[in-house]
Amino acid sequence: MPVKAKPIPEAVPGVRHPMEKYLRTDRLPHIWCAGCGLGSALSCFLYALDELGWDPNSVAVVSGIGCTGRIAGYVRLDSYHTTHGRAIPFATGLKLAKPDLHVVVFSGDGDLFAIGGNHFIHAARRNVDLTILCVNNFNYGMTGGQVGPTTPLEGLTTTTPYGNFEHPFNLVHLAASAGASYVARWTTLDGRRLQRAMVEAMRKKGLTFVEILSPCPTNYGRRNKLGDGLDELRYYAKHALIRHGADPKEAEIVPGHDFLVGKFVDVEKPTYLEMYEAKVRELGGKR
Amino acid sequence: MRKVMTGHKAVAEAMRQIEPDVVAVYPITPQSEIAEYYAEYVHDGIVHTELVPVESEHSAMSACVGAAAAGARVMTATASQGLALMVEVLYIAASMRLPIVMALANRALSGPINIHCDHSDAYLARDSGAIQIFCESAQEAYDYMLMAQRVAEHDEVRLPAIVNLDGFTLTHSSQVVEPLPDGVAKKFVGNYKPFYPLLDVDHPATWGPFAMPDYYFELKRAQAAAMEKVPAAFLEVQKHYSKISGRRYAGFVEGYKLDDAERALVVMGSTAGTAKAAVDQLRAKGEKVGLLKVWLFRPFPGKEIAAALAHVERVAVLDRALSFGAMGALYCDLAAAFVHAVHRPTFVNYIYGLGGRDTTVDQLVQVFAELKDAHPDEGLRYIGLRE
Ligand SMILES: Cc1ncc(C[n+]2csc(CCOP(=O)(O)OP(=O)(O)O)c2C)c(N)n1
Ligand code: SF4
Repeated sequence: MPVKAKPIPEAVPGVRHPMEKYLRTDRLPHIWCAGCGLGSALSCFLYALDELGWDPNSVAVVSGIGCTGRIAGYVRLDSYHTTHGRAIPFATGLKLAKPDLHVVVFSGDGDLFAIGGNHFIHAARRNVDLTILCVNNFNYGMTGGQVGPTTPLEGLTTTTPYGNFEHPFNLVHLAASAGASYVARWTTLDGRRLQRAMVEAMRKKGLTFVEILSPCPTNYGRRNKLGDGLDELRYYAKHALIRHGADPKEAEIVPGHDFLVGKFVDVEKPTYLEMYEAKVRELGGKR
Repeated sequence: MRKVMTGHKAVAEAMRQIEPDVVAVYPITPQSEIAEYYAEYVHDGIVHTELVPVESEHSAMSACVGAAAAGARVMTATASQGLALMVEVLYIAASMRLPIVMALANRALSGPINIHCDHSDAYLARDSGAIQIFCESAQEAYDYMLMAQRVAEHDEVRLPAIVNLDGFTLTHSSQVVEPLPDGVAKKFVGNYKPFYPLLDVDHPATWGPFAMPDYYFELKRAQAAAMEKVPAAFLEVQKHYSKISGRRYAGFVEGYKLDDAERALVVMGSTAGTAKAAVDQLRAKGEKVGLLKVWLFRPFPGKEIAAALAHVERVAVLDRALSFGAMGALYCDLAAAFVHAVHRPTFVNYIYGLGGRDTTVDQLVQVFAELKDAHPDEGLRYIGLRE
């Protein structure tokens, strides 16, 4: 049962967060830096929840560790802050034990694709009925901005002070190849589109994946001279090209060049639980 | 030359002087800055090391094992959950007799998640087969990084080694450290000659094969024998190091005002500094109290500790981690060391500082006071805990 929360202190008198009912206001103010995209990503999620109109008791949010991982602690829903990298296996267990629950994984690119990468490809392969929302800020924000699996070539981080020389993941392509039923990418500038994608992803059965490109002005932005959070949004406005249905291979992100956003995959295929139940029926077992 | 630096920097400086061939790391608070300093050395071309920013600590230790088996000199660093992921492979490193040296920025294990210091991470690797050293200061962390390299690579030892430094207290605070001149440090560490390296293609070797009931036991016994060689190697290395550094390192433990002490604390890590202040305060009032600081935790120097404490009447052993369902790990080791002793002090076990809880001089003064009539049968006691 959600606890009765005290209202958020009003930063601007008379102005409240419209989705306050989904926030654990007793945990606020949040830890995120000024200009960080995480607040927008979370707001879009709350609006999406509201649009879906689901009973909050039927939704669980699972996060790993990182700045993004803190989201689990701010939502007034059942939520789980797992160890670093383990959000997906935890969520898988949760879903299998309670198939009626809407299980959403909300975590960072490092958590989901570095230390937890193995879990992602297997959940996608099995088409486990989960929605995975990945905030990609091109580095490990929480630990001080080190190189990660999405850091672009030549990206400056605390562990690549002269430029990254490792090929980064194209997460859209990775998710599509691993078998996700739904794959979209938006930036935190695209509030309504991002909200729409989250609604679609949560409504859809199977493994659905939304990559959220987000500014990290404190670490990645600062080291790469991308300006403040607003400047990064301006960059998105200039360089993001909406191309629904584009080939996921084309969704690479190269600094200084246009990049694709939109819905890349939206296919129907049986989920892990459906396959499991069919097998049980075939063998004459009970469910 | 004396310099002001954090524990991170002190460790990174020692690593720069050791200049391993490979460093594989994954960031974690409060270790990350060690790797960040080292990344700068690599990128500035100061060291020839190949730095691999792997995707997890499990991969970090795995890459270390691969590189070490190939014949490279290898190092890493981690903390808490990172060590937990490494432990599976750390056992492999020890069984393969690979002298991988790592700094462990001690941090409490989850859950609940916490980023501050205790020794639960080090205790988790207690039986892994790695040598474990605890440091009181940034200076000791620097010194023991260099010494650990020599002990780990000693021909008769060849085991991984962990140099523990308390997270935040030592990693993030600035202290005066006197590093050795590069030439002196490099000469001390010397060149590494791997045994049976995989890269020696003229002499092919197989690493890590199966050992069934017919051989497993003997191999483990051989590993224990390597651990038994550590104490002599440790003393030999300390002696050499003391000579070149002018700092006195002699023994597995260090006594502080212990010679005539009636009551004593036993502690590992930075709290030894706090304990010294408590001892000084009570000595000024004429109380006969002292401290025994443990440097070498694995292998455990039971005999030497028993000798050092033989004359003490009452001893408080301070463990900075719980071993659920048992007394503290340090306490248990100490108690075992005294089992055959004719004179046995009265021992009391305290748990302190979990998850970074501060331990103050006043609290340790209080422990000395309680020790006067504390009864060992009372079980675990806690310092600074709200009950
Ligand atoms: C086993 C383990 N290793 C390392 C860490 C340290 N750590 C915490 S968060 C994090 C990376 C976070 O990056 P990301 O997932 O991209 O999220 P962000 O902070 O950028 O939102 C790391 C390495 C940890 N908590 N546990
Ligand atoms: S470090 Fe980066 S990702 Fe983390 S809160 Fe600050 S801006 Fe956001």
